[in-house]
Amino acid sequence: MSKLYLARDARSAVRVLDGEAMVMSGRDSTLFSLNKTATLIWQAADGQTSLDEIVERRVCQEFDVEFGSALQDAENMARELAGHGILQISEEPISQTSRLAGESR
Amino acid sequence: MSSLIEEMGAKATALGFPLCVQIDLTYRCNERCVHCYLDHEDHGEMTTAEIKDLLDQMAEAGVFVLTLSGGEILMRKDFFEILEHARKLTFCIKLKTNAVMIREREAARIRELGVESIQVSIYSHRAEVHDGITLIPGSLKRSVDAIRFLKSQGLKVTIANVLMLPTVQDYPGVQALARDLGVVVTIDPTITPMMDGDRSVLRLGIGQSELRQAFADESLVGNVDEFCAISAPPGESELESVPCSAGHSTCYVSPYGDVYPCVQFPLPTGNVRQQRFIDIWRHSDQMNEVRSIRLKDLSSCSQCAHGASCTRCPGLAYMEGNMRGPSSQDCEKSFARTGVPSANLLSKKPSMAGLVQIRNIPVVAGVSA
Repeated sequence: MSKLYLARDARSAVRVLDGEAMVMSGRDSTLFSLNKTATLIWQAADGQTSLDEIVERRVCQEFDVEFGSALQDAENMARELAGHGILQISEEPISQTSRLAGESR
Repeated sequence: MSSLIEEMGAKATALGFPLCVQIDLTYRCNERCVHCYLDHEDHGEMTTAEIKDLLDQMAEAGVFVLTLSGGEILMRKDFFEILEHARKLTFCIKLKTNAVMIREREAARIRELGVESIQVSIYSHRAEVHDGITLIPGSLKRSVDAIRFLKSQGLKVTIANVLMLPTVQDYPGVQALARDLGVVVTIDPTITPMMDGDRSVLRLGIGQSELRQAFADESLVGNVDEFCAISAPPGESELESVPCSAGHSTCYVSPYGDVYPCVQFPLPTGNVRQQRFIDIWRHSDQMNEVRSIRLKDLSSCSQCAHGASCTRCPGLAYMEGNMRGPSSQDCEKSFARTGVPSANLLSKKPSMAGLVQIRNIPVVAGVSA
């Protein structure tokens, strides 16, 4: 599996309450509630750290989960959130500039 | 989305987070609306640095929805600097404005800064009526042009319309204008007394017959039968419920740093120039007093037929003199909606006792009065 990089959409609104993020899409105001695992991944989605690193260093450290299945779940979640426009995913690291370029509706 | 936001509100209340905050950046305004409750003089607004620091504190405290309002927000020269800072802190940002100062460039900047929605006040679709409320000739055209600029940027715009005596006949025209512009319209009959307690602006409020007419219009209330149905008296769970979100998951900050439970609830709870926002939110005696109130504690409303369904505003009740008392404007609405007077209205009915006068008449020759 090739590496995946994730970056939070720069125009989304987000706040973490009790370890769980609420995220509002800057595209259409849809509101999402992320569980604690998804929130960890969201917070680590800096465009520079690959998803497998995030899962290994953050998710597997924090939760009692097996790496392979956690990575698969994380990728599914990332693709779903990307479909809603609140996360960008790429096989290359995502720079701040391209995050901003991806903002246009 | 609404159920999720309600869930978030409940979670914020349970965890003690201020989920939604409105900051009025200024009370200065370029309009002079006849029904406005504000003093437009600047009595020492927070500086840019103070507001940025407050926003930092609010983000840290868990505030998610940030409404920037006024006065007119664009009267502040640093408005976009403040907005930019708020964007960096990833708030869900809503603006309330008359939009008179928004042209193509401002609309584009608002869009770049990821504002969630903009509420624009429109009092009538007719210039002579709208401009008669704002007292600024040409203001309707400027505001409507601005809505078009904002819409052309793909932004979500809501028209806010107030039903008051000079405008009440015009709301269908405002609804048509909103349709034409492709925006949502909210229509509200509430007039708020001046923050200093002066209630003279309430003379502009509509009366029972206009309220009844409005509540029989399905374009305003949806299913009229459902809206006007008389609800069952409050049960045990309703009596234990909180009257509204003010002070529970929402609050308001004035341009001078005063923190209140709500924009319509001017009970001073602290000032961010003297205390940290989170300390006021968590520890202010006044905020905690507001939080302690349950429907069962409202002497009149807990006994009222409308107790379970009334839109009672505790802030309006406070401005009438008792935050645990009724809000007469809401009593009038419940009466207009159902035809059943509220407990408060019944208690105000003229006493029959005054019709019979009993005096002590001296007893004369064994005949008593």
